[in-house]
Amino acid sequence: MRRRLGLVVAVVTGLAVMLAGCSGPGARSSGNRLPANTLVIGATAEPPTLDPTVNNAAAIPQVLLYNVYETLVKVDGTGQLQGLLAKDWTVSPDRRTYTFHLQPGATFASGRPVSATDVKWSIERIVSADTSSVLKTQMAVVDTVTAVDDHTAEVTLKRPSNSWLWNMSSTAGIVIDSQSGADLATTPAGSGPYALKAWAKGSQIELVRNGTYWGTRAGVDAVTFRYFTDANAMNAAMLSGDLNVISNVQAPQALDRFSDTSRYTVMQGTTNGEVVLGMNNLNPALKDVRVRRAITYAIDRKALLASVWNGKGTLIGSMVPPTDPWYEDLAGAYPYDPAKAKELLKEAGYENGLTLRLRLPTLAYATGAGRFVQSQLAAVGITVVIDELEFPARWIDVAMRQSDYDLTIVAHVEPRDMVNFADPSYYWHYDSETFRGLMAAADAGTPQEYIDDQRAAARVLSDDAAADWLFLLPNLVVTTPQVTGLNANATSLSFDVTRAAVGS
Amino acid sequence: MSTPVSGLPLRVVRRLAVFLVSVLVASVLVFWVGSALPGNVAQVVLGVQATPDAVARLQHDFGLDRPWPVRYLFWLGGLLHGDLGRSYLTGEPVLSQVVPRLEVTGWLVGLAMLLAVLLAVPAGMWAAVRRRHADGFAVSALSQVGLAVPGFWLGILASLVFAVRLGWLPANGYLPLADGIGGWAAHMVLPVVSLALVQASVLARYVRSATIEVLREDYYRTARAGGWRTVPALLRHGLRNVALPVVTVIGLQLATLLAGAIIIESVFALPGLGRLLLDAVAQRDLMVVQGIVLLLVVAVLAINALVDLSYALLDPRLRSEGRDRG
Repeated sequence: MRRRLGLVVAVVTGLAVMLAGCSGPGARSSGNRLPANTLVIGATAEPPTLDPTVNNAAAIPQVLLYNVYETLVKVDGTGQLQGLLAKDWTVSPDRRTYTFHLQPGATFASGRPVSATDVKWSIERIVSADTSSVLKTQMAVVDTVTAVDDHTAEVTLKRPSNSWLWNMSSTAGIVIDSQSGADLATTPAGSGPYALKAWAKGSQIELVRNGTYWGTRAGVDAVTFRYFTDANAMNAAMLSGDLNVISNVQAPQALDRFSDTSRYTVMQGTTNGEVVLGMNNLNPALKDVRVRRAITYAIDRKALLASVWNGKGTLIGSMVPPTDPWYEDLAGAYPYDPAKAKELLKEAGYENGLTLRLRLPTLAYATGAGRFVQSQLAAVGITVVIDELEFPARWIDVAMRQSDYDLTIVAHVEPRDMVNFADPSYYWHYDSETFRGLMAAADAGTPQEYIDDQRAAARVLSDDAAADWLFLLPNLVVTTPQVTGLNANATSLSFDVTRAAVGS
Repeated sequence: MSTPVSGLPLRVVRRLAVFLVSVLVASVLVFWVGSALPGNVAQVVLGVQATPDAVARLQHDFGLDRPWPVRYLFWLGGLLHGDLGRSYLTGEPVLSQVVPRLEVTGWLVGLAMLLAVLLAVPAGMWAAVRRRHADGFAVSALSQVGLAVPGFWLGILASLVFAVRLGWLPANGYLPLADGIGGWAAHMVLPVVSLALVQASVLARYVRSATIEVLREDYYRTARAGGWRTVPALLRHGLRNVALPVVTVIGLQLATLLAGAIIIESVFALPGLGRLLLDAVAQRDLMVVQGIVLLLVVAVLAINALVDLSYALLDPRLRSEGRDRG
């Protein structure tokens, strides 16, 4: 009977193998699973809704901005503003009135022409309707919007503002089909080169080429954003040929797996994500500029970058990424100098030590950098107590809303977010009249004054050691060698596929 | 004086009452724990640049500024009408978010359990019968190893070998069964096997010890003495006695299996309940969290009730015990 029991085991094993094998090799073969002329992009966060004007999740503009929705002006890969739906625009001498001349042939995906009425409707909707408070704040400076004729829209501001035009290049400035009547949470109504085909919640969003697009035809027939909660799963999908783009590698250590240049291209660019070691000025010690400078001297940022982010990323030294026009390299302002740090601490009266709570969000770069900061500050006599807070919910609540922290580390990914330092109630509680003055002057000034004053403001932050800018997150895009036309730098919130192509 | 047959319906009614009370208690706990979570959805929706005013206003719009017992009663009222509420984040009914995910998790857990039983019963019996031989020992040792290996690690390994290295199977993602069995099966194989192997190891150990018990029983020895060979004797007299502890373990293991599924769904990027739950927790979308957790709790309670009832079917002695107490 031993033979029979053996038989039972064999049958069951056989069944299991069959189950594992039957569906295996047949349908697909390795490395060539994707349909021709499509992009399948791995991404990490899925949009909660498709209406970018009610929810600030960066995942929404990542898919929709420029690809599905268009704006009057657009940020290009080098950080410059270009016309998009606006063929060109003029600014009045008092810098308060903007006249936009629309592309005459522009149409929405519905086939309707894009008119000045849609521009007016879209801006007024942000200002008055139930939209996100961030966008409302960005558009609060708008006084009136007029449709002069079908192809000319005039916007008058309450006061001159350079940042307003900049914000018009992002979510606040998208032009929506005013006649669509669709629920924007599920159905976009834009004028871009792609239209939404399907959204399989929990897994992917599919875009198809808009056949009647008014401008340069998109090079790729279909684009799919696939969402992964686990970075390993995303890498495995890329390695097994299920993806041809990883939108941003979340762990630089994983790049080694894509080192075969015959199969993969790795692009390394910049982002707008400044990893900030925030210092809470409500803490009397940290209000003292000598202590803040001491901390900045005490941390070897180059070694930190090498140890926690594989050396990928850029040292910046202030709240400005290299793609902003007022960027200057301030990374060397506080060279690593623990002796100097000790001296400054002694001067400030902390020669007998200082204890600070470092409250970290549970994000890889933050927890990694946190341990490094802890050991380096220990060397100059600052005891750092680390406390991890779940991100986003708890960190936002505790560190950001209640300001209940001394030090914290988080990447600020919004473009041109240096302006946050001008708000003394913001969670750093940095309070500098000089800085605020420069930022206000920059916003109201001519394009040249905008650049000059922002640059001066960035220097003030650096001088004041308002924070320690640990590094700028890199934009690490992995593609198959056939994919071209993607930007190396992430200058906007969009993952711009409008110029992408897949060669054969 | 009730007959043994009328003992069974009474047992069913009693068990059903226990089940309903447990569900009610669980719903209170789920809601209370959910509302005690620090952090709030309004802040997540509005993002890091939101003003405290805007956050407070949105909290009010969501009704989150009311005390939790009040919110619980509204929720309970909805539940009685089969309404799990609406997601704060998307405004969608929780139920319509959950239903498509149930397909994925249902297949994953169901198939993993089935495969685990198919593997564990023969393996465990083999290990019992051959426990004094090298091969039986090897099966026991293998199940020990299987116990120690985390399912997610097995999953990562499986996707590296079968998807990345060999390219036989997709590394992750899901295709609905409605779109064709081939693609569906290809996407299910690795997650199901990764989840099932760990489960099979647990089960195999119970099957083994239950079988050893049977081998020592008088009726088995009588059967053997009467000329029955090992396997037929076991199948004829032992299976029923092995089934009882095994069914109990299956019921108990269901909760672990659901927890394992959450991680496996993440490893294989499957759009199942587990991933929805993880995302909802991170974003404090409490309606979705509470809805899913309640569904999972109800599922586990229901399975346990069914396991209890199945005892009566498997073992007539328990049935009459039920009658005596009733």
